[in-house]
This record gives sequence, structure tokens and C-alpha cells, in this order.
Amino acid sequence: MRSVAAIAAYGFREALRRKVFAVVVLLTAIFLVLFWLANHYVFRELSGIQPPADVNVDTRTFAGAFLIGLAMFATLFLGVVLAVFLTLGVVSGDAERGLLQPLVVRPVGRGTLLLSRFLGAAAVAVVYVLAVYGAALAITGTAGDWTPPSRVAPGLELAGGVVIVIALSLLGSVALSSTANGIAVFMLFGAGLVAGLLGTIGHALNSHTIKHASTIAAWALPFEALYQDGLRLISRDQTGITGFLLQLGPFGGAYVHGWQIRVWAAAYLVLALVLALLAFRRRDL
Amino acid sequence: MANVLAVSGLEKRYGSVRALKGVDLEVGEGELVGLLGPNGAGKSTLVKIAVGLVRPSAGRAEVAGARAGSRRARAQLGYLAELFRFPGWYSADEVLALHQRLAGSHGGRDERRRLLELVALADAADRRVDGMSKGMQQRLGVAQALVGSPRLLLLDEPTSALDPVGRRTVRLLLERLREHGVSVLLNSHLLSEIELVCDRVAILLAGEVVAAGSPSELSRPRGVELETDEGVRTIEGAGRDDAPRLVADAVAAGRRVFGVRVLTSTLEDTYLEAVGGETS
Repeated sequence: MRSVAAIAAYGFREALRRKVFAVVVLLTAIFLVLFWLANHYVFRELSGIQPPADVNVDTRTFAGAFLIGLAMFATLFLGVVLAVFLTLGVVSGDAERGLLQPLVVRPVGRGTLLLSRFLGAAAVAVVYVLAVYGAALAITGTAGDWTPPSRVAPGLELAGGVVIVIALSLLGSVALSSTANGIAVFMLFGAGLVAGLLGTIGHALNSHTIKHASTIAAWALPFEALYQDGLRLISRDQTGITGFLLQLGPFGGAYVHGWQIRVWAAAYLVLALVLALLAFRRRDL
Repeated sequence: MANVLAVSGLEKRYGSVRALKGVDLEVGEGELVGLLGPNGAGKSTLVKIAVGLVRPSAGRAEVAGARAGSRRARAQLGYLAELFRFPGWYSADEVLALHQRLAGSHGGRDERRRLLELVALADAADRRVDGMSKGMQQRLGVAQALVGSPRLLLLDEPTSALDPVGRRTVRLLLERLREHGVSVLLNSHLLSEIELVCDRVAILLAGEVVAAGSPSELSRPRGVELETDEGVRTIEGAGRDDAPRLVADAVAAGRRVFGVRVLTSTLEDTYLEAVGGETS
């Protein structure tokens, strides 16, 4: 445990030194201010919006769920930025700079070293994601007097998604240079988001092919599936036209959901970590 | 003498390139062995296999009886890489404290102070690495390698960035370590340094050991130089034992002898002969 704490603290100090936290905190502050402004104006104007009399839309719920969905997307994005910059050079990058070799030859071993870096990054990212998500809920709750029916599970699923990205980034860092790994992980992240949006479009158009492709992508990239499931949970009680409109939007939520995808996401995380450990053990430094 | 490092039939292939071709090498308890060879000869690969950074393709490497790279083997060694870096935002004391935790050393502050004194960095304990000269960082690297009192020290070019005073500090340190029974494998291009401190030398060329032995064993007689009133003459093939007879013969022949010198090859001569002038 002494070694694990030492290596996790080493990674944390490296991130502090490289101003990773400074960049993320600045971006987060900008996002939260903009998000507060958006909430303030949307809910202030809400009373002036008059849907047609025969359309029964709960405008407050629609606006609240949409804004929280937007916050979840931004939180996931910022969480992924933090995760990637904490881990993109853990193996290849540090080995190229000569930082890794003095640590690896110590009795602590490669497995402990990699897991410690994972635990350190995961702890920071989970705290960060939950804090930003919690702040977004507080802003919407205060400005619009609206809270989603499920608050804890979506936050945990967002954090879980970011933890999976950390594992993928560590796996990539064994084989790829820092730059290549950063690009690869962000492209995977982007691919996941596009697949999620395609799923929404596919369901709106009732296109079997697009829905099928989106389902495959959700299983292949479960961090995206967890995010989508979180979106689904914030508007799960909405039925009728309000629910229909939310489902049509970009934050409509998952079509692949439930315990199966959560269990698969956990297994996927373990698999990515085991692959990273095996690859790291075989890697000449 | 028990071997702290035992390497036999060691091979390493990088694709079609054979970096090591069946190397045998042993480092005994308290022995200081120098590794010489041109760039690309396989010296660093050999050291990296011994510390577990690189996996061998064939052969065997053991540290204190444990497979090289295993946790038990790593617990017995200290290592300074040729190209290494410590985080610039750590102080010298923090670098050593980190390695104490990773090595499981309970030496605490006393060990850190002692190691920094050994490498003449006692006054720089709180200085950050990015404020140190390359030479200071290299000495800190040597101190880091000594954390946890290893039985075997593997140093890859430990004096490449040091000035003459720094080199002397490291040389004296190595001699002191030998007195305390620490075994050292020293990989260096500085032949004079190797000749001064090493008990044995192995010369690697293209992944093979082409010469090995003590510096005196590797130095061969090159004749006797006789200075008389006829000038300077070299008697090739003659050795130290022939010198009195050669002087007596010259005097008997009526020559006036001003000087006699026994010529032996230096380690540099032996090295150049072994590697055939190859540089990379």
C-alpha cells in the first residue's frame, strides 16, 4: 500500500506540475458559469413560452432534463480530457523521457506501478466528475426548481464511463507514443458520441440498420453506453409528448441500457486493465 | 566467491537484429566488473536484461540466484540508466524518499543524508532536480541506485556528464562500495576509469564477449625499450624478466646504458585491438 500511495501521489504531482488541473479547473469554471447563465435565462423565459393548447408539454421538465443532459455531456467531455491528460504518457511517454526506468526496476513491479497510476487517475477523475455533475444539478435545482427523478445513478455512470476511458488510455500508453495515444483515445471518444447520436436518429427514423450499428457501438464502447444510460435515467419518468420530445433530442438517452450493459462495462474495464498489464509486462523498455 | 550476477548463453533479438549472441558473464560478491565496447555492442541491452527492463530471447540471467526481472532479483539491485530523468519538480531528498518507498527501504532520513553525502550533494538536499546541473543529476542518480543497500549495482555510463572532480567522487565511491562487499557492473566508455577501479573487464563487440579478464591479464608485454649511446632500441617479444639480461648484454658489448623500460599494452591498446577500430 505504501508503494501504491507513493506512485499515485507521484502521478498526481506530475499532473499538478504539468498544469493539467489548472487547465481543467479553468475550463470547468467557464462551463459552470455558462451553464448557470443558460439555466437562468431558460427558466426566466419559461413562463413566457406557451405551447399549443392541445400539446401537453411539461416545459419545466423538458428544459431541466435538456439542460442536465447538456451538463452531463460537458462533464463527460471534461472528465475525459482530464483522464486522457493524466494517463496518456504513463508508459511510452515516461519511458521515452527516461522517467519510467528508475521506477520499474524497483521491487514494486510493473503491475503495481500501472495499477497505482490507474487508481490515482481514477480517484481524481471520479471526484471531479461527481463534483461537476453535482454542481450542475445544484444550478438547475436552484435556477429552475427542477431535479431529475434519478440523481445518483447517472452521476455514477458518468464517472464509470470516465474510468473506462482511463483504462483504455493506459492500455494505449503501453503501445503508442503520448501524442498518438491522446489522438486515439479522443477519436474513440468521438466515435462513441457519434454512435450514440446515430442511435437517436435511427430510432427517430426507425432505421433498423442505424439502430443495429449504434447497438454494436454501445457494446464496443461501453463508456458511451453508460453515459447514454445516465441520460435515460434523468428523464425516465417522462411519458407522453414531453418524453417523446426528449427522446428526439441529442440528450434523449440510451436504447441499450439496464444491468446487462453495466455488468459488461465493468467486465470491459477489467479486461482493458488486464490487457494493459499483460502488454506492459511484455514491453521492453 | 558466489556470483551475484550470472549470465549464460544470453541472447536478445530485436526483429532481425541480434543485439546479444550468447553472452556469458559473471560478477562475484564484492567484485567490480567493467563492461566495454563500441556503441551498439550490446552493453546496455545486457544491463537492461539484468535489471528486468528487457526480456531475453534466450539464455539465462540471474541476480543473487533469482531470475533477472523477478521481484526477488529487483530487490537485490540498484540501477542507474544511461538515459534517465527524475521529475524536475522533486527535490533531491524527495527523489530518494520516493525510491525508499518503492524499494521498501526503512533507512529514512539518515539513509538519505548519508547517500547525498556520499555523492557530494549534502548541500543540495532541498534543491529541485530542474535546478541541478547534469552532473549533479547524475550523482543524484548514483545515490538513487544505492537506496536500500543493494547487493548488486548496475551503472550504465555513470560518469558521462561528470567533470574530473565528479568522476573522482564516483570512482572513490565505487572503491568504497567494493570494500563493503557490494558488487558492481560498470558500463563505461572511459577506459582509464575502468582500468583504475575494475577487478575484471569484459569487452563486447557485436553482441559477443571478445575479451575478458583482469586489466593486468588483458595487458600483454610489448617488448623492452633500451636507451644506449647508440640510441633507443625496442626488443620485441622481450618481457620484464628479460630486462636485466638485456642491460647486462649491452654493457658487456661496451654500450653505455641510459635507461630501460618494459613496454606493456594498455587497456586502450587491448580494447582497440579487440574491437578492430569499430565505433558503432
